[in-house]
Amino acid sequence: MIAVIDYDTGNVKNVMKALTYVGLESILTDDADEILSADGVILPGVGSFGPAMDELNKRDLVPVLQEVVQRKIPLLGICLGMQLLFETGYEFGQHQGLGFLPGKIVEIPAKEGLKVPEMGWNQNEVLQPASRFAGVDGKFTYFVHSFYADCPQEIVVAGVQYSTFIPSVVSQGSVVGMQFHPEKSTDAGLDLLKAYKGMVEEYVDTRN
Amino acid sequence: MLAKRIIPCLDVDDGRVKKGINFVNLRDVGDPVEIAAMYQEQGADELVFLDITATNEQRKTMADVIERVSSQVFMPLTVGGGIRSIEDMQTMLRAGADKVSLNSAAVNNPALIQQGAEKFGSQCIVVAIDTWWNEETEQYDVMVKGGREDTGLNAIQWAKVVQKLGAGELLITSMDADGTKNGFDIALYQAMDEVVDVPLIASGGVGKVEDFSEVFQETNVDAGLAASVFHFRELTVDQVKAHLREQKVVVR
Repeated sequence: MIAVIDYDTGNVKNVMKALTYVGLESILTDDADEILSADGVILPGVGSFGPAMDELNKRDLVPVLQEVVQRKIPLLGICLGMQLLFETGYEFGQHQGLGFLPGKIVEIPAKEGLKVPEMGWNQNEVLQPASRFAGVDGKFTYFVHSFYADCPQEIVVAGVQYSTFIPSVVSQGSVVGMQFHPEKSTDAGLDLLKAYKGMVEEYVDTRN
Repeated sequence: MLAKRIIPCLDVDDGRVKKGINFVNLRDVGDPVEIAAMYQEQGADELVFLDITATNEQRKTMADVIERVSSQVFMPLTVGGGIRSIEDMQTMLRAGADKVSLNSAAVNNPALIQQGAEKFGSQCIVVAIDTWWNEETEQYDVMVKGGREDTGLNAIQWAKVVQKLGAGELLITSMDADGTKNGFDIALYQAMDEVVDVPLIASGGVGKVEDFSEVFQETNVDAGLAASVFHFRELTVDQVKAHLREQKVVVR
């Protein structure tokens, strides 16, 4: 069972439908016991960095997520959910993030002819061919965002060219982030969710 | 770099995909889930569902359609037709739509754009503008009610207004070009590009693959939408994309 973190963010159901499609059952929850007993945890997110962190704090979810990382339960952040995994966010002021990954969330630089938000399909280039998520190389995935992760290259599995190089898949240990929406990226996205499923299955094996 | 998007539009009536000419002689084309899956297979980048009857009762049917499609088809879905309130938007987004498209309701109640953008984010709010070139006044007029009523509003000015109110994307249909199969209204999109900073979807006039390469090469639109050429299998999305690739237009 996958715990999808419930903190009042938009359109979580589509993530759950995609999980069902790749064979992962999921529940939407903000209950600590349910989250910590799950085989995998997904932090979704649509909206803005500050209010999202406020909502996680209001529901006392930050220590629960810290425990998730400590126990090495595969944690996948999607879109804003990925951004929250980093140390600091600079969307409408400066906000402290969860700090599971090194780096900060900054605005996509303006460039003539390129619109912000970046909205649409962009092509991934893989920097870590040995990663279980390397199958995304050359594939297009669906992005909707105005901010991106400025982070050390060691954790960048893949990225896309826009007004700057934008990390699209980041990973460190049991923590994974995807800047695009895998649940809206047809086969390429579903394949990434299947790769995450592989992580979940390995975790379940080690736990048992 | 971002790929140019190809978007089939599905007209839905009573839970089925229908197609007619100017909303008469509606012909049943099939089940929305099957048709959406077929377009996904062909490489469509997004789908627009248009509720062509848009009564209160039909809206529930439409929400059910979106619920079913979003369980099987994994790409951005936009719903338009008869969305008049925040509750209507909520219903469609909860059912699995990623965006809602406002047309007549945006003209009747512009505040709805702002309310929707504040509640759901600009990325959820598409404003659809149907327009035709008024020879007398020499401007593009905004049309409502499925293109039957001329509001006299200047479409270029209106595009500026809706953007300011928080529209995250504009779907611009040329009523002059629509149904002609003579290609997109290039001058319209060039004029729109001067004032629009959000993604722009061109609609109306597609008859052949070259119409897509023309609009992407001559204007800065982000996406091209078509309905009948795809429904009647005159063109497939992969044919369009193969042609665009040959023409060095970036597509997925």
